Amino acid sequence: MPAKGANIAIEAPLQECRDPETPNGVWIRAVDRTFVTRRGEVAALAGMSLHAAPGEIVAVVGPSGCGKSTLLELICGLQQPDAGTVQADPAALMPQRDLLLPWLDATDNAALALRARGTPREQAREAARPWLERFGLAGFERSRPVELSGGMRQRVAFLRTLLAGKPVLALDEPFAALDALTRLEMQGWLASLLAREPRTVVLVTHDVEEAVVLADRVVVMSPRPGRMVAELAVTPRRPRHRTHPEVVALRERALDALGVSS
Amino acid sequence: MSARPGGPDSALADVVRTDVPVARGNDRIWDAATRLLLGWRSAMFLLVVLGGWELYVDLGGADPLLLPPPHQIAQSLYNDRSLLWSNFLVTAREIVLGILLAATAALAFAVSLHLSHTLRRAVYPLLVASQTVPIPIVAPLLVLWLGFGILPKLVVIALVCFFPIVVTTLDALAAVDPDLLKLMRTFDASRARTFRHVELPAALPGLFTGMKIAVTFAGIGAVFAEQSGSNSGLGYVFQEAIPQLLTARAYAAVAILSAFAISLFALLTLAERLLLPWAYEPRGEGRR
Repeated sequence: MPAKGANIAIEAPLQECRDPETPNGVWIRAVDRTFVTRRGEVAALAGMSLHAAPGEIVAVVGPSGCGKSTLLELICGLQQPDAGTVQADPAALMPQRDLLLPWLDATDNAALALRARGTPREQAREAARPWLERFGLAGFERSRPVELSGGMRQRVAFLRTLLAGKPVLALDEPFAALDALTRLEMQGWLASLLAREPRTVVLVTHDVEEAVVLADRVVVMSPRPGRMVAELAVTPRRPRHRTHPEVVALRERALDALGVSS
Repeated sequence: MSARPGGPDSALADVVRTDVPVARGNDRIWDAATRLLLGWRSAMFLLVVLGGWELYVDLGGADPLLLPPPHQIAQSLYNDRSLLWSNFLVTAREIVLGILLAATAALAFAVSLHLSHTLRRAVYPLLVASQTVPIPIVAPLLVLWLGFGILPKLVVIALVCFFPIVVTTLDALAAVDPDLLKLMRTFDASRARTFRHVELPAALPGLFTGMKIAVTFAGIGAVFAEQSGSNSGLGYVFQEAIPQLLTARAYAAVAILSAFAISLFALLTLAERLLLPWAYEPRGEGRR
């Protein structure tokens, strides 16, 4: 397959960054975010900071309910911080559940972001088609979500996010709902995909091993209200194996930072 | 947006996959329809009920003038067939057009209420009130107002059918996953495109559910409207038959009306399965 990197400029053009000369990646500085609920105020984030350089993969790990999803919504501009600043290049969200539309086939689902921008249906399907093949979905172009396996659904959902053509991908526990074997397979698949299609990625996960294997940097968050408690640089070059000694050591350090002794 | 109905670019084309054969589903769909219409269980049950009815009247349990035995109703169905048929056509037309009118208005209403919170707050109570309007009282007034033609009948039927369709459609619109709406926002989708690609298709099963409920109300509405001022229709036949003590004929009219409601219900079920097969599939995780 020739010039995979070049294809994306035609089929899923990267939208201009807010400052086209200098893509910022993601900068989050001292952000507070509090929700008012019926039971009172809930502080989701307090003094959270995070940086992802353009093209960098940053994994965010933390205990349940530490404000990880809030963080991604801030990056995507779906929420505004109460205090602090959020600067991010345009970001597309990949939600935790695949949220594929049951009435659309795999091609239409993958092309949803193009349709959302007003691309005519046939043109959008045409643009999505070669990607489906590259995502291992050949032969399933016309299958509706109910006919796809969990891993395939997740790949369609990821393709849908990728075809949004945004420089930043905000992935919310993308493999959490998959069985262990499929998850391993999908992690390897994502690693090789991101090697070919570099993007700025903020990957929220509760799987420390997934974070260390996939990311350039791992940010460990505290329980609610969430803030960064540790930042670990993963030095071995990608793709890296989960049994790499440094990966194993980093995994232990991340678990330590989470307060989990193993 | 192309306005071509059913064309590859219309909103309907995304949802209603006329181009994809409903593989393996076809048998099931026909099964469902025939089960509803010709199922032997319901036929057996009907026979038992009719038999009991016949025996009860024949053994002197009720005056045949007040409760005609089934064989008299069957005789009337045969003897009065041309009268019943011509009047059935009138009522059937009213019911079908009335339901279509109600569905169109209800869809427009549900969509406006869904898109405007203020409107929803303001109008929803009135909507509930519309369903409590006593049709037997309002129908004669509507006839005086709108004349003896088909219009007052359509208004009465639409009034009866409107509410259930609005409620089920509105609920289906409200049930759209908020995360899906967030996703569309990160795709820079306008409100209109989000509505078209995500919310409207999700609302269609609700529309069908509402119409299935409405079908059962429509016949009652049609009879009331016809009794209030009309010289045709099954409601008129009914009204004329009672003072002449032709109770069997009146019951025959009711039987036809019920059979028509059942057929419409089955037809809607069939249409829904053919047009929205996805609504009948298990949600959530795909099969492995």
